[in-house]
Amino acid sequence: MSRTGAKILGVATGVAVAGILIGFYIAGYLVGNTPAFRPTVQGSSASPTVHLTIETVAAVGPTLAPHPDWVSYLVRNNSGRWERSTVFTLPAHATIRVTIYNFDGASGLRNPLFGRPTGLVGPELVDGKPLVVMPPDQPSHTFAVPALGVLVPLAPVADNAKNTCGYAPCLLSMAHRTMTFVFRTGKKGHYRWQCFVPCAAGFMYGFGGPMQTIGYMDGFLNVV
Amino acid sequence: MAPPAVTPASPSVAHGKRFLIAWIVLSAIATPLVAIFLGPAIPPGNDSVQASEQVFSNTVMVSISTPVCVFVLLFLLYVFASFRSRGSALVDGPPIRGDARIQLIWMVVTSATVLFLAGFGTYELLKSGSGGGQGPNAAFQPAGYKRALDVQVIGQQWEFTYRYPTYGGVEVPHLVLPADTLIRLHVTSLDAIHSFWAYQLGVKADANPGVDNIVYVETKGPLQFDIHCAELCGLWHGYMFDTGHVVGASTFAAWIKRQQSYFEPVMRYLPPYATNYLPDPSRRAG
Repeated sequence: MSRTGAKILGVATGVAVAGILIGFYIAGYLVGNTPAFRPTVQGSSASPTVHLTIETVAAVGPTLAPHPDWVSYLVRNNSGRWERSTVFTLPAHATIRVTIYNFDGASGLRNPLFGRPTGLVGPELVDGKPLVVMPPDQPSHTFAVPALGVLVPLAPVADNAKNTCGYAPCLLSMAHRTMTFVFRTGKKGHYRWQCFVPCAAGFMYGFGGPMQTIGYMDGFLNVV
Repeated sequence: MAPPAVTPASPSVAHGKRFLIAWIVLSAIATPLVAIFLGPAIPPGNDSVQASEQVFSNTVMVSISTPVCVFVLLFLLYVFASFRSRGSALVDGPPIRGDARIQLIWMVVTSATVLFLAGFGTYELLKSGSGGGQGPNAAFQPAGYKRALDVQVIGQQWEFTYRYPTYGGVEVPHLVLPADTLIRLHVTSLDAIHSFWAYQLGVKADANPGVDNIVYVETKGPLQFDIHCAELCGLWHGYMFDTGHVVGASTFAAWIKRQQSYFEPVMRYLPPYATNYLPDPSRRAG
């Protein structure tokens, strides 16, 4: 091989390696190395039921994530510990009973439409009371699965609340709001879910960082 | 070693005439086949007036380009077959001299073809907007545009929602349109740049914050159609899709009534209907 040919080959190899490394970095950033959580399934195989318990925190803290000041969802795993995962493996045509403890304050919706709960079996209960619509300046976050038509606004902790949670994991003895609701998974598929509230503090228009990273305010429902 | 014997190309073969005849014959066969069979199969189909117009335009342009394509491919094959090396030594061909007649024909034919395609494409594009966004002041209005049903498409990360100003400004998360109706879509965005692409309807229009991008579409019979975002807009761009429906008039009337009822509680919180919205930054999003 000529000297020029060797140079061209070297440059091409370098570019290819750099491209692969950049690709891995971007993929790792987006996916956030989020492990999938598979909750325990109850009931018969014809009518499975899953209980999901989730909490939403203003800051995920230093023990759970490389970005301790990012807002995040956490899920309670089968051993009762809070885990930073937003990828849930759920059975098809199942009833999913969800409890969300929100420890975060209000951020407000960009589109007030998302204050209306949709796609649920029965009403969304906020601290045990049925919610018809949440005013747009109230929602702290939303739990939304657009492909399933599911949208659930999360009520905020009051600004003047005492004993608020600084960062996760948050205890239920701290100030929080409780949302409970039920939805159906439908057929097998890969459904993304997300928060619609621009709640990423410190990012332009509140929609960067944790709002664009799986494992924080976005995730998947792997319906199998 | 002695060089192989030189075999000059036979000047007696009328390559030009032979090629011309082959090109005319093949073009006469291929062009109708393309126009009749291939053209109508080109997307996006015939599920709206604009989609049909696009298929017609594509059919005309592909048909006109067929003789050009045949010319290029045939020329390539003819040269391969007639002027390939047969083991003899390489020698210079006869000198090429200018031929004013051929040059004139070439310029006239190619210029006429390009100008026709440009004129035809422009006419088709402007005739009714061709399913593309025309900006806030649509220059070309289809016949009966004053009676068009207004529907607003609102892009946001990462879902399209829809407002129906004719029905009290109700906003819904899924798009349903009445059949056989001229629709005036007002496409806008609340945050990043999106692009509303209703594939089978032949509609694609950018959704820009603060802009009312108008696009006309005339629906035909009932159908389902795919909606995608066609502008890279963040993490869930690839999941920003939905299924829209064109339904009969009575079904649409019943559907919109149900939506008005279901979303009535949120109506008091929606901003008054406007051509675009620029929501104030919320607490954390400043």
